[in-house]
Amino acid sequence: MGAKIIAAGKYVPDQSISNDQLAEWMDTSDEWIRSRTGIEYRNISTDENTSDLCIQAALSILNKAAVAPEKLGFIIVATMTPDYHSPSVAALVQHGVGAGPVMAFDISAACSGFVYALSVGEKLMDSGQYEYGLVLGGETMSKAVDWEDRSTAVLFGDGAGGVLLQKTDTSLSLAEDLHADGGQSDALTSGFTQVDNPLKPADGSDPANQALTMDGRGIFNFVSRTVPNSLRATVEGAGMQLEEVDHYLLHQANQRLLKVVAKKLSLPISKFATNIRYYGNTSAASIPILLADMLEAKELELGSGKKIVISGFGGGLTWGSMLIQL
Amino acid sequence: MTTFEQIQEIIVDQLDKEQEEVQRDTNFREELEADSLDLFQIINDIEDEFDIKIESEEGLNTVGDIVDLVEKQLAEK
Repeated sequence: MGAKIIAAGKYVPDQSISNDQLAEWMDTSDEWIRSRTGIEYRNISTDENTSDLCIQAALSILNKAAVAPEKLGFIIVATMTPDYHSPSVAALVQHGVGAGPVMAFDISAACSGFVYALSVGEKLMDSGQYEYGLVLGGETMSKAVDWEDRSTAVLFGDGAGGVLLQKTDTSLSLAEDLHADGGQSDALTSGFTQVDNPLKPADGSDPANQALTMDGRGIFNFVSRTVPNSLRATVEGAGMQLEEVDHYLLHQANQRLLKVVAKKLSLPISKFATNIRYYGNTSAASIPILLADMLEAKELELGSGKKIVISGFGGGLTWGSMLIQL
Repeated sequence: MTTFEQIQEIIVDQLDKEQEEVQRDTNFREELEADSLDLFQIINDIEDEFDIKIESEEGLNTVGDIVDLVEKQLAEK
């Protein structure tokens, strides 16, 4: 048993905010942001929450595949910015798209979330119990960032994307490599909630809603040392050479990081797809949004047999790569 | 190869500069136009090359600052 991707889609909020517009909100500049990150625009939600973005992305995907929502066997959403701790975004999506009362749950793996979700989704499909499975990544990062912190607020954007899996005889992934290291958890945190009950001595601190913090150098070191190894392990795990992969779809965190990874692997930067210019870092949504855009632009085709590697990395710390034949 | 020459080679490679442009008294930001990410990458490569850990990039303004720091750490190893 196995699975194949039969459609990919995305949804982003209407408001696309340029670097110049951000410079009106905080002390930053288009030149600073662009030269350090490659980002020029990001979509910021005015009132749509993560579930709203995911529902729109899901409807777009189902529409493209011409598959009725009632046929879905499960729904997985990767997110670090859910509407609630409970209900899950996936449960809201289940109702929002009109699916049956199927298994639906969220996965928390920050910017690696979509790779984790697809890996889990693939295993569910491999069980042979499901005809179709929906795997999404969706974020409203704009509610997680500290808008007073110009070093992080300019990096992120809101959006959702995903894929529809259909049962088939062949395996979706040729190899995968997924990891977490909580020993480095301090390098990127978001939404810390303290113990808060009558037994807890009052210390005057805000018990909830702690904004995103990031140790820039720590994350840079983590990515530049870990991601090239993960990509190599994945590709070699499938008995292939790095050059034989058609496209590398990495989490869109920073254009400069893509260059570092490409250089470390001695691969041309042209192998590394990017759309960060238009969306910023959309965390778990970045890889499916990139995949959807590449399919839309006919840079990739489902059923073509092309081999792509998707790779996510971020808070946890978590990282993961999958080699997929389209 | 001296420590300076090893570090010089890393900087030349990372910033795509000529060897003559990278001297002990060369300032990263002002003369080599390196930003924080460039500095992260240079420090990263130096850590790997010398098997040391540079905890902070604070106070590292010139190539000589890094050479001195690396030599100090190597001497303490």
